[in-house]
Amino acid sequence: MEIARKFKSAFSTVPMLGWMLGILTGVLIEFYWGYDYISYYLGLPKIPVLFGTLIMLKEPMMIPGALGYDLAVYVVPVFLVAKLTSGLTNPLAALLEKLPLALSVLIHLVLFYGILHLWAGINDYRVLVIKLTMISIILTVSINVINGYQGEFSCSHPGFMALGAYVSSIITLVLFANDKIFGAPLLPPEYGPWFFPLALVAGGAAAALGSLAVAIPSFRTRGDYLAIISLAFMFIVKSAVENLHIIGGARGMGGQPDFAPLHVIFIWTILCIWIIHNFVTSIMGKALNTVRDDEAASESMTIKTRKTKMTAFMFGAFWAGVGGGLFAHVLAYINPGMFSINRLAEILAMVYFGGLNSIVGSIVGAVSINVLGEALRPLELFKWIIIPLILIFVMIFRPYGLISFTELNMKKLLRAKTGKGV
Amino acid sequence: MESIIDILQYIVQNLINAAQRGSFYAVISIGYSMVYGVLMLFNFAHGDIFMVGTYIGFGIATLFLAIFAGLLPGPLIFLSTVVVTMFLASWIGVLVEVAGYRPLREAPRASAAITGLMIGIIFETGILILLGAKRLSFPPLMESVTYHIGGVYFTNVKAMIIILSLLLMLALHGFIQKTKWGMAMRAMSYDFLAVPLMGVSINIIAPLTFAVGAGLASVAGILYGQAYPILDPYMGVIIGWKAFVAAILGGRGSIKGAALAGYLLGFIEIFVATIFPSTLRDLIAYSIILVILTFRPRGFFGMEHSTKLRL
Repeated sequence: MEIARKFKSAFSTVPMLGWMLGILTGVLIEFYWGYDYISYYLGLPKIPVLFGTLIMLKEPMMIPGALGYDLAVYVVPVFLVAKLTSGLTNPLAALLEKLPLALSVLIHLVLFYGILHLWAGINDYRVLVIKLTMISIILTVSINVINGYQGEFSCSHPGFMALGAYVSSIITLVLFANDKIFGAPLLPPEYGPWFFPLALVAGGAAAALGSLAVAIPSFRTRGDYLAIISLAFMFIVKSAVENLHIIGGARGMGGQPDFAPLHVIFIWTILCIWIIHNFVTSIMGKALNTVRDDEAASESMTIKTRKTKMTAFMFGAFWAGVGGGLFAHVLAYINPGMFSINRLAEILAMVYFGGLNSIVGSIVGAVSINVLGEALRPLELFKWIIIPLILIFVMIFRPYGLISFTELNMKKLLRAKTGKGV
Repeated sequence: MESIIDILQYIVQNLINAAQRGSFYAVISIGYSMVYGVLMLFNFAHGDIFMVGTYIGFGIATLFLAIFAGLLPGPLIFLSTVVVTMFLASWIGVLVEVAGYRPLREAPRASAAITGLMIGIIFETGILILLGAKRLSFPPLMESVTYHIGGVYFTNVKAMIIILSLLLMLALHGFIQKTKWGMAMRAMSYDFLAVPLMGVSINIIAPLTFAVGAGLASVAGILYGQAYPILDPYMGVIIGWKAFVAAILGGRGSIKGAALAGYLLGFIEIFVATIFPSTLRDLIAYSIILVILTFRPRGFFGMEHSTKLRL
C-alpha cells in the first residue's frame, strides 16, 4: 500500500497532456519498432492486438513474451515520458487553461484522435473493436438519460436502435448504393458521405418518434409496468421488421455502403457525449432528476413533468437511433435478431456496470465491458461466466455502478497539476 | 362449406391448445409474482431457473425410466419424477436467493434486476459447458393416447398438463391461505418492514418463496418437456420474459392475476397463430398487452402501492 501511495504521489504532477504524450510515445514505439524488433525478439508471432491478452489465453507459453511486450511498448514509455516531460507539459497545460475551455478541449480531442488512429491503424481488428466500443458508448450514454437521470427501467433501447438502423440503412441504400432490393442509386455515390449525417439524423428521428409509444404511457405508469411497456415495444419493433419482407424480413438487410470510418464515428461519439452532457446539466436535466426523485413534489414546483418525460425519452431514443445507424453501416449487415433480448442484456449490463446518473460512468462501463469481452474471447464459453460474475460483484459492492452520480468536469480533467493542492 | 359445428369444433380444439400453452405461462409467472409479492423485486433469473429445472427433470426422468420402466405404471413414474424434481429444483431457488439476492436486499432494485439477468447467463453457460450444445430430447413419461370426442382431438398428455397445472395452483392457493408459512408470506407482502418485528424472519421466508417458485417452474419444465420434447440451454429466456409480462399484466404480487394473465397470454398467442400467419404472433400479442396496460396501468388485480420506485 505504501508503494502504491508513493507511486500515486509521484505521478500526481502529470497533467492530461503529459499522459497523452506518454501514450503517443508508446504508440509510436509500437508503430516503428513493434513488428520488426520488439515482437520478433520476444518470440511473439506478431504484434499483440489487444495488449497480448488474446495471445496469453491461447498459448500460456507466450505469457512472458506478451507481458514483456506490454512493458516495453506501453507501461515503461508511458510512465517514463509522462513523468519526465511533466516540467514541459505543465506550463503548456497552464497555457491552454488560459484559452477558452472549448478550444482547449478541442485541441486535446484532436490529439486523442491522432493517437487512437495511429494505434488502430496497426490492424483492422483494432479498428473494428474501437468502432463498436464507440457505438456502445453512444448507446450507454443515451440509455443513461432514461434509466439513470430519469430513473425508469426502460427496456426498449434495442427497439430504438433497430428503428434507427433500418431507417438510415434504407435511406443510404436507396440513394447511394446499387442494391438488390432498391435498384440503382438515385444520387451519385460520391455524395454519400456528405449526406450520411442526414440519414443518421433521420434514423434518430424515427427512433424518437417511435419512443412516443413508450413515453405517452409513462404519464400514467411508472416502474415495472413501464418496463413491460418498453419491453413490449422492443418485441413489437423486432416482430414488425421480421414481417416486412420488402426490407429483408428475418433474413436481414445487407450491403450498406461504408460511410462510417473511424473518424466519422469518433465525431459522432464526441457530439453525443457533448450534447447529452449539456442536456443533463441544463435546467431540463435537473428537472429530470426531480421527476425521478419525487414526481408529485416536482409537479408542485412548476415542473412540467409530462414535457420533461417526453423530452427525455425522445432524446435518449434519438441517440440510440443514431447509434443503430452507425452500427448498421459498420457491419454492413443487419437483421432483426441483432436487436433482441441479448442486446438488451448487454446494454443494461454496460450502463449499470459503469454507473447511473453519470456520463463518465457510462463511458467507463461501455469501454470496460467491450474490451473485457474482446480480451476474454479465447475463453469462449467461460467468458460468459466470468463477465457476469464480475458484474454481480460490482452490484454487490457498488450497487449504483462503478462511477455514479458524478458529472464530467473537463476543466478539472485538463488543468495543469503542480502537485500542490491536488 | 363450413357448418356451425365445424367452427365450434375448431374453436374448442384451439381452446384446448391454448389452455395447455397458458398452463405453462401461468405456472411459471406465479413464481415471478410470489417473489415480487414478498421481496418487491423481479427475479429475472426465473426463466433460467425454469430451464435448469427442466434439465433436472430430464435427468430424474431418464434415471427413473431406466430403473422402474416396466415395474411401475406410467402415471406413478410421472408423479415420482415430479416430486423429486420439485425437491431438487427448489434448492436452486434457495441458492439464487442466498447467493445472488440476499447481499442486495438494501440495494436499488435495478441492481437486483441486473444480478438476476447475470445469474441467468451463468446458468445458460453452465449448462452449455456441462452438457454441450447437443440438443437433448425429453423422454415421454407416459404413453400418449389420443382421444376423440365430438370431433375434438386431445391426448392424455395434454389433459394431464392442464389438470396438473390447475391442481398445482389450487395447492399453492391452499398453502398460502391455510398454512403458517403462507400467512407469513402474505404478511410480508403486506408490510415488508413491520413483519420482522413480529418475529417472522425474512431470511427464512424469502428462500422459501424462491424455493416454491423454483419448484413450480421445474414442474412447468417437466410438463413443457412432455409437450415440446426438445431441450436447449436458451429455452428459458423467451419463456421467462413472457412469464414476466404475464406477472405484470396480472398486477404485481397478485398470484390470481398472474395465473389469469398467463392463460390470457396463451390464448392470445394460439388464437393469433390460428387466424393470422404465425409470424405475426408476437407482434399482435404484445400490441394487445400494450393496449391493455395503457388502459389499465396497474394490471388486472394490481393495487396502488405507495412504495416509490427506488431508482
